[in-house]
Amino acid sequence: MSVARHWRETPGRYNLVGTRCGSCGKVYFPRRSLCPECRRASLGKMESYKLKDEGTVFTYSVIHEAPIENSILKPYAVAMVMTGDGVLITAQLVDVDIDKIHIGMPVRAVLRKIGEDGREGIVNYGYKFTPKS
Amino acid sequence: MDVGIVSYGAYVPRYRITPAEIGRIWGIDGDAMGKGLLIHMKSVPSPDEDVITIATEAARNMMSRCDVDPHDIGAIYVGSESHPYAVKPSGTVVAEAICATPNLTAADLEFACKAGTAGIQMCMGLVGSGMIKYGVAIGADTSQGAPGDALEYSASAGGAAYLIGSGNVIARINKTLSFTTDTPDFWRREGSPYPSHGGRFTGEPAYFKHIGSAAKMLFSEMGTGPKDYAHAVFHQPNGKFPTRIAKELGFSDVQIKHGLLTPYIGNTYSGAVPLGLASVLDNAKPGERIFVVAYGSGAGSDAFDITVTDDILRYNRQAAPTVADRLKDTVQLDYGRYAKFKGKILMGGI
Amino acid sequence: MREVAIIGAGVTKFGELWDASFRDLGIEAGLKAMYDANLTGSEVDGMYIGNMSSGRFISQHHVGALIADYTGMASRNLPAVRVEAAGASGGVAFREAVMAVASGMHDVVIVGGAEKMTDVTDDASNSVMDSANDQQWEATIGATFASLNAMIARRCMHEGIATREEIASMSVNDHAHGALNPDAQFRKAISLDTVLRSGMVADPLTMFDCAPISDGAAAVVLCPMDIAKRYTDRPVRVLASAQASDSLALFQRKEITSFSATVAAANKAYSMAKITPSEIAVAEVHDHFTIEGILALQDLGFFAKGEAGKAVMGGQATIGGKIAVNTSGGLKARGHPVGATGVAQIVEITKQLRGDADKRQVANARYGLAHSVGGTGSTVVVNIMEAV
Repeated sequence: MSVARHWRETPGRYNLVGTRCGSCGKVYFPRRSLCPECRRASLGKMESYKLKDEGTVFTYSVIHEAPIENSILKPYAVAMVMTGDGVLITAQLVDVDIDKIHIGMPVRAVLRKIGEDGREGIVNYGYKFTPKS
Repeated sequence: MDVGIVSYGAYVPRYRITPAEIGRIWGIDGDAMGKGLLIHMKSVPSPDEDVITIATEAARNMMSRCDVDPHDIGAIYVGSESHPYAVKPSGTVVAEAICATPNLTAADLEFACKAGTAGIQMCMGLVGSGMIKYGVAIGADTSQGAPGDALEYSASAGGAAYLIGSGNVIARINKTLSFTTDTPDFWRREGSPYPSHGGRFTGEPAYFKHIGSAAKMLFSEMGTGPKDYAHAVFHQPNGKFPTRIAKELGFSDVQIKHGLLTPYIGNTYSGAVPLGLASVLDNAKPGERIFVVAYGSGAGSDAFDITVTDDILRYNRQAAPTVADRLKDTVQLDYGRYAKFKGKILMGGI
Repeated sequence: MREVAIIGAGVTKFGELWDASFRDLGIEAGLKAMYDANLTGSEVDGMYIGNMSSGRFISQHHVGALIADYTGMASRNLPAVRVEAAGASGGVAFREAVMAVASGMHDVVIVGGAEKMTDVTDDASNSVMDSANDQQWEATIGATFASLNAMIARRCMHEGIATREEIASMSVNDHAHGALNPDAQFRKAISLDTVLRSGMVADPLTMFDCAPISDGAAAVVLCPMDIAKRYTDRPVRVLASAQASDSLALFQRKEITSFSATVAAANKAYSMAKITPSEIAVAEVHDHFTIEGILALQDLGFFAKGEAGKAVMGGQATIGGKIAVNTSGGLKARGHPVGATGVAQIVEITKQLRGDADKRQVANARYGLAHSVGGTGSTVVVNIMEAV
């Protein structure tokens, strides 16, 4: 991924910053410039909103066939996490015992490496989730 | 003006490996080696962890324990000898991740194992002079030991972050001073994956001379002796060195107990003294005095005289995991998984 | 609007076709369809090509012009349009062509679908497939296409919508039919155990829950119904063509155990066709992953939610069952050359409704349905055809 393409999304990737519709109050992640519910009424009213960094596992999978850049992580878990704001996010689950993952498991967001452009390229950081202790 | 610690946060990765397991690979009695070094196990970072993620986690723990507006932070210094980039700061990512950007200064520091405490000194200067309201100093490392080298038994990962300010300090820093010489006991050249060291030269003329000198200077400046301190924290490349220097300076095992983590997590380099101090603060009571001496190869020692204030009673310590919490729920790795986690396995196609 | 007829259909073999290039495949399917429609070529006045990612698979964009050129149509300067909607590329291309004919803008139109996936490594191919989902917020963070479907499967299992075995039985159903299709990539029946015991891809889904990487192409020819008899005695009527969208990312759905775009497209299609789901005799559903097939059977109204898995496992989706599903072998056994798949489904339904499906023929089939999906239910096309 190009440097700028990742960089412009760092508020979302580092801090789960999404958007809240000033018209209906609905929260979106990632950011949107238009509320799909309110559409025109939301224009100019979409505001930055930092999601709660804790939630529960809504569903999950353990990946055994991974993209080559993630092969060092195999096997690794991904989950859809329902945050405290009622927003679903797909993310990796890390520092977790794979056989103990379950729907409803409490988790919290941490910052981890999510990829790098080879040995010489930029390192990209972003949210992953870990069991809440 | 009192300058001191307003908040702090610690982080140690979840994974561990024992000296016995490492020794098994190299035909060495690792168990005996571990006993000699006083290292039962060392921490290992996940493949997706590095100094930036460790520093961020420590800084977030630090911020969650206090009400400080991140925009009041005027400086962030990340001290490490394993920054992910040779050129590009770690501190900017940390600053962004704790929402402290853009009105602050940041720089990455390197002074072997004492870059974190050097950051604390720099923040003290900036806060004390009134240039900034708060400064963040972080010591963190994912240190490397060449496979089969003695360092492999100790080099580990972890870090701690300190919010330095002048109001509502939970621990006042009464004094800091340093002792610095050109002593090449340990180094890593640009582009080299692993550090080199002078073997036994790292002992007497390096670690013991610098820590001993800085400690004695601090006693002399403050007019104190070992009995004036409830706790003492020394740099801890292994368990043996800090135990010996403590004894030589007149400290008891009880005084160094809380600050001595290397037996359980290994040598976290720039993270070592910051983590040791965090562990002490996790347990400290108002009025207790803490004696701290860091050491960085090359070489220098930073010494601190610290007094815990009454504000620690109102401090929201439970808002983040303590060092002791990070020593629980660990996972032991065999050498195969360790090699995988540390990127020692050459993967295909990337 | 004019009634639209399918007057010709052709498909290449699907599989790892090492000898065949993208243009070889496109030409073969196109010429088969034109031959089937008894066309000389001079009647054709428009061309639509469903293709997901020639740009990444063969580093060639502009494949509309490429296929027009190599099928001899460029010399006649006819318009050729490449259509992309990930896995639904073929289905959407077909719908665009139906609209072009129905509107009167074009009379005889070829719809092709083609994908050449094996000229890149498996890893590169999977990376292209992952880009059907939200590249920035799913693929980039490490969520593979299979893992997104695995998370749907996990949720279905958790909510009691389908058991692991029921989900796996979709693959058994596909392979049983694929064994009867000479053009299928895999022509071998399998047992449930084979699915359950094959290598784990994304828990709980195994390799046999996932469609393969395939090369292939398919094509059909459309014209207004009122002139169809000029070309063939056995035209097939296009009764309905409906398309719907949903969020690109799976995690932005209100519900993940149903694809609302399938429900919306199906409702619209049934209403256009003025028939009910129970009247459909044969259906080609998009099952890139087994769980998608189970969702399709409930969302298309063939079985109630929670009943589709039981029905498939109980043999109700085989030829001779309540509804014959994926008689071609489906995405799993016939293969899934992405852009070709949606058109190949139309080819299969056309063959079934004309009585040309040989060993896999469904008796007396009047209505057939094709269901094409892009991403994890982000684009869905439902087409309904009727035997004439």
